[in-house]
Amino acid sequence: MTRFPLRPFCAALVLTVALTGCSSTGGRRAEQARERARTAGGAVDTPRWRVAMVTHAGAGDAFWDIVRKGAEQAAAKDNITLLYSNDAQTQNQVQLVQAAIDQRVDGLLVTLAKGDALGPVLAKAKAAGIPVISINSGQEFSARFGALTHIGQDETVAGQAAGATLDARGRKDVLCVIHEQGNVGQEQRCDGARSKFGGQFQTLYVDGVNMPDARAAMSAKLQADPALDTVLTLSAPVAATGLQAIQDARRPVELDTFDLGTQVVAGLQAGTVGFAVDQQPYLQGYEGVDLLWLYRYNLDVLGGGKPVLTGPQVLTKDDAAALAQYVARGTR
Amino acid sequence: MSTPAPPADVLATERPPAVRRLLGRPEIGALIAAVAVFLVFSAVADSFLRTSSFGTVLYAASTIGIMAVPVSLLMIGGEFDLSAGVLVTTAALTSSMVSYQLTAVTWVGVLVSLLVVLAVSAFNGWMLSRTRLPSFIVTLGTFLMLTGANLGVTKLVTGTVTTKPISDMEGFASCRWLFASEITVGGLTVKATVWWWLGLLLVGSWVLLRTAFGNWIFAVGGDAAAARAVGVPVARTRTVLYLGVGFCAWVLGQHLLFSFDTVQSGEGVGNELIYIVAAVIGGCLITGGYGSVAGSALGALIFGMTSKGIVYAEWNPDWFKFFLGAMLLLAALLNAWVRRRVERGTSR
Repeated sequence: MTRFPLRPFCAALVLTVALTGCSSTGGRRAEQARERARTAGGAVDTPRWRVAMVTHAGAGDAFWDIVRKGAEQAAAKDNITLLYSNDAQTQNQVQLVQAAIDQRVDGLLVTLAKGDALGPVLAKAKAAGIPVISINSGQEFSARFGALTHIGQDETVAGQAAGATLDARGRKDVLCVIHEQGNVGQEQRCDGARSKFGGQFQTLYVDGVNMPDARAAMSAKLQADPALDTVLTLSAPVAATGLQAIQDARRPVELDTFDLGTQVVAGLQAGTVGFAVDQQPYLQGYEGVDLLWLYRYNLDVLGGGKPVLTGPQVLTKDDAAALAQYVARGTR
Repeated sequence: MSTPAPPADVLATERPPAVRRLLGRPEIGALIAAVAVFLVFSAVADSFLRTSSFGTVLYAASTIGIMAVPVSLLMIGGEFDLSAGVLVTTAALTSSMVSYQLTAVTWVGVLVSLLVVLAVSAFNGWMLSRTRLPSFIVTLGTFLMLTGANLGVTKLVTGTVTTKPISDMEGFASCRWLFASEITVGGLTVKATVWWWLGLLLVGSWVLLRTAFGNWIFAVGGDAAAARAVGVPVARTRTVLYLGVGFCAWVLGQHLLFSFDTVQSGEGVGNELIYIVAAVIGGCLITGGYGSVAGSALGALIFGMTSKGIVYAEWNPDWFKFFLGAMLLLAALLNAWVRRRVERGTSR
């Protein structure tokens, strides 16, 4: 009687199950492989430079995550170590810039939303021989503080683009929703839109960090003013809330917005969102790092002393299908 | 409170061994934590040990430490001040707008701002003793009102959310010298806030440990009813403690103004918790009656080292708050453990 080879059989069985049990495509392993391929050394053979990026972003902000992704991917390509830090409070942002100078980084990317406050510390960066590029906001301070160039969107120009598009779409009565009372960039967006728009134009202040409250404020306004035919929001999250408010009001109101998000693109595709004015945050981070690399490598400066504009790009239903995949992966 | 910790003088009269006396200090847990944090970042971050980095860490610590001094005293006295964070912004805004709108020498704005801030603090203290509402509620109300007023008044007066630059006004240079100057010694840049911090620490410690008022603070925080019974002016003690918070908020507010020239009206929200965290890491009991001022300095230092050390170590800042929370828990556990050991030791 020959004994059944139980042990080898079991081993073979386990091995077979283990092998066939794993998907050879997709999944986490494929993602890791892509990640390795992406970060496996830079495509360039310049020394491993270090660039600090200090923004005024609040914690966990979707917009800033896209900016940071752009910067990270340019850094990976340029053989650069990216040191990212952010703080919404002025004095902390200044301290973070100072910390970057202490670390003797090879380049500095900084947002100038807090304007004047960053002047002195950027002078120190200049004294330490660290090239600075400003991104996103603070175009008017950039050259004055000794930055090589500024990469961002002129909010007034973006507002004007929105106003012209509203006119072209035949809108009559527009409500511009400001979600951070007193945010200068947001005021510029609404004012720019107002200047290029022929019809009725009003502004509404809502609390952008309290979405139920913002939704109630918008639907109340829509109910109170039946002539309104368009809501213009200034960020992707508020756009999503605005769509809900329009549903609450049970009226055919068009929603148009600044900035992109998953819901905005879905809305563009479905026709509930008329158009979106995009400032391409990915470009702000990506170009920021890349231009610092170009400066160190070749003393190149883009823009000839003028700001490099990343927007406004007006996106409509025609663009939505192509955009969806990039929004889903978080780079648009 | 039901189980008040042994006051420092009881330990002193019994003359326990030096080691036990040292372990009996409220700030010992924070000291151990601070050394640990320092060693960790020294090991993982090359740039952390540079003298210029040390100046940056010290500055970050001082901007928290200045407020942690009165906040810790207030906590020993058994109360909270949730308005401490935005009160700093109020101080800076008032000073800037008064100077600009009246076209006055900046010192006028500085003095008016002191009066306004002290008035807010006096209101906190008065409200507390009058209504007997918990200080958590009273100062939460003040916090919300100040947050709104900071934004509303600024918008009303200047038309935007920021104040106008005042650096071209008379008195700015001397104010800046007092509140926002810096000296560099051998690569180490020390800002004015560090001197203010050290001064306030010495005064705060002296008041707490060497004066009758210091005993009152412990008594009021330990058991207000008992304190009242032996003749301690409970309401006055609390009001003075709130005025201390106001004064320090004024100092820090002036620093912000004269160092950054313009002030954003929405700032300061959330900082009140950071001051409380610094005090708790430094050994202050959240129920009052126990703690030290020196500990609050260590708490602020831990805060400064962690927040900037994460940058020097090139760690992902997404995790900053996590480290901070873990640090807070560890420090609180360490404090509780040390105190239990000491109490067991003295009762033996």
